[in-house]
Amino acid sequence: MATQHSRAAARLMISPAVVLLLGWMIIPLAMTIYFSFLNYNLLHPGPHNFIGFRNYYYFLTDPSFTTALWNTIVLVLGVLLITTVGGVLLALLLDQPMWGQGIVRVLVIAPFFVMPTVSALVWKNMFMNPVNGLFAYFAHSLGLQPFDFLSQAPLFSIILIVAWQWLPFATLILLTALQSLDSEQMEAAEMDGASAISRFLFITIPHLTRSITVVILIQTIFLLSVFAEILVTTNGGPGTASTNLTYLVYGQSLLQYDVGGGSAGGIVAVILANIVAIFLMRMIGKNLEG
Amino acid sequence: MARNVTPARKATVTVLAWGIGFLIFFPILWTVLTSFKSEGDAVAIPPVFLNFHWTLENYAIVNQRSDYLLHFWNSIVISFGSTFLGLVIAIPAAWAMAFVPGRRTKDVLMWMLSTKMMPSVGVLIPIYLLFRNTGLLDTRIGLVIVLTLIDLPIIVWMLYTYFKEIPGEILEAARMDGATLRSEILYVLTPMAVPGIASTLLLNVILAWNEAFWTLNLTAANAAPLTAFIASYSSPEGLFYAKLSAASTMAIAPILILGWFSQKQLVRGLTFGAVK
Repeated sequence: MATQHSRAAARLMISPAVVLLLGWMIIPLAMTIYFSFLNYNLLHPGPHNFIGFRNYYYFLTDPSFTTALWNTIVLVLGVLLITTVGGVLLALLLDQPMWGQGIVRVLVIAPFFVMPTVSALVWKNMFMNPVNGLFAYFAHSLGLQPFDFLSQAPLFSIILIVAWQWLPFATLILLTALQSLDSEQMEAAEMDGASAISRFLFITIPHLTRSITVVILIQTIFLLSVFAEILVTTNGGPGTASTNLTYLVYGQSLLQYDVGGGSAGGIVAVILANIVAIFLMRMIGKNLEG
Repeated sequence: MARNVTPARKATVTVLAWGIGFLIFFPILWTVLTSFKSEGDAVAIPPVFLNFHWTLENYAIVNQRSDYLLHFWNSIVISFGSTFLGLVIAIPAAWAMAFVPGRRTKDVLMWMLSTKMMPSVGVLIPIYLLFRNTGLLDTRIGLVIVLTLIDLPIIVWMLYTYFKEIPGEILEAARMDGATLRSEILYVLTPMAVPGIASTLLLNVILAWNEAFWTLNLTAANAAPLTAFIASYSSPEGLFYAKLSAASTMAIAPILILGWFSQKQLVRGLTFGAVK
């Protein structure tokens, strides 16, 4: 259908987007790589010497790197676990006949539209605060000691906050997928005597695989770079207890003005994200082709 | 599902679902309620739910003290500006990929998606330094540029999945009738593409409105949108829950309303058409 002429026109129409994205990818990334080999701190004027891989050495051997890497993994997996399991359960519930389904949907989806700084601050102050928070009040009224969420279990608290933001997303997608499930197939299985559990395991779950994959892919992209929630709640602390890779690199770059070290950290983050990306894209590619 | 269920079961499901829905929504409801309390009522023990003295003073104070309108305007300019700019660049690209697909179209699309995988923090330093040296730091135009580039892959993908669904035959029919490329775009394609473009616009305004990495790192007093403005409430200074709530309510209300309207498109848009 496409002629030579329209092909050339098409290329012309695609090129601005491609050129801009290429530029956005290559220029800053090349600069980061270049800086990562320099002894360059904004607080120390003077020549920026080439110091080889020393920035990488310092970054990777710093104990806070190991902590941050571990925290990143726990944060991503924790939120993924809560949101996919919770999302499947909630979607199954919302798919049942009930009164006022539309309103419940609206209530459930709402947290997704709340900006990260707002949700983090609301949770931190009005719920998790050990003196004035609602959780502290409930603890008191049950005769318990209030739990200081953000200083005693900072990472867990951040996981809760982030999971609250992403549970609606998973639920909505899985609910949409459930609603496209062929009810005749279900009825046929029921008539053949399949139990509710085996119907769930052998019909519902396989049907949902593709959407669960999509949920995991999209959430992982966003969860790897959780930042605002940490900044306004714990500042990565106490110590480095809730510092993820994004926050660690941010601290080194914009709080310590260590351009060289921050750049090395940035490149490490990019490499790790790419490993995850390759893995995910394979998985997605397989699941989305069919 | 067309199966019959007993009223008892339907009632149980209803109660359970409403209960869970209420719990999930509660933090937002609590924020809105607290915004109408005095600071004393906001931290009252036991907490007061509805039986307090309703007041608008927090809204007045927040607006007075902190130039709220400036930050609100910044959010509008940044989210709509970056979305419009993104659409201008993405519409031709998505159009071409959907209607004149070449051998490499799929690869280009996958590559664009993969650029989203690059963590922003990997390019934080160069962007920060470039902005500092060119005076773009803490300017709205600077953020518009960055957010356009950040969201471009998503905009292209969303538009592509919408355009893909416009039947190709209709274009062929138009060509047979002697339509030029220009009139083909203007009279055949545009009317069919408008709903998809509108959904993309809506979703990207929401995403840009809530973006909180670049907005926090590249702005200070002048260009800070609401995300960064709210973050300034993170340092505790005495009684401030009611004011925090008022500022938060104003920051999330417009997008919450937009979001509720866009529920349906949200699924399609954010899963790149993989889930409908």
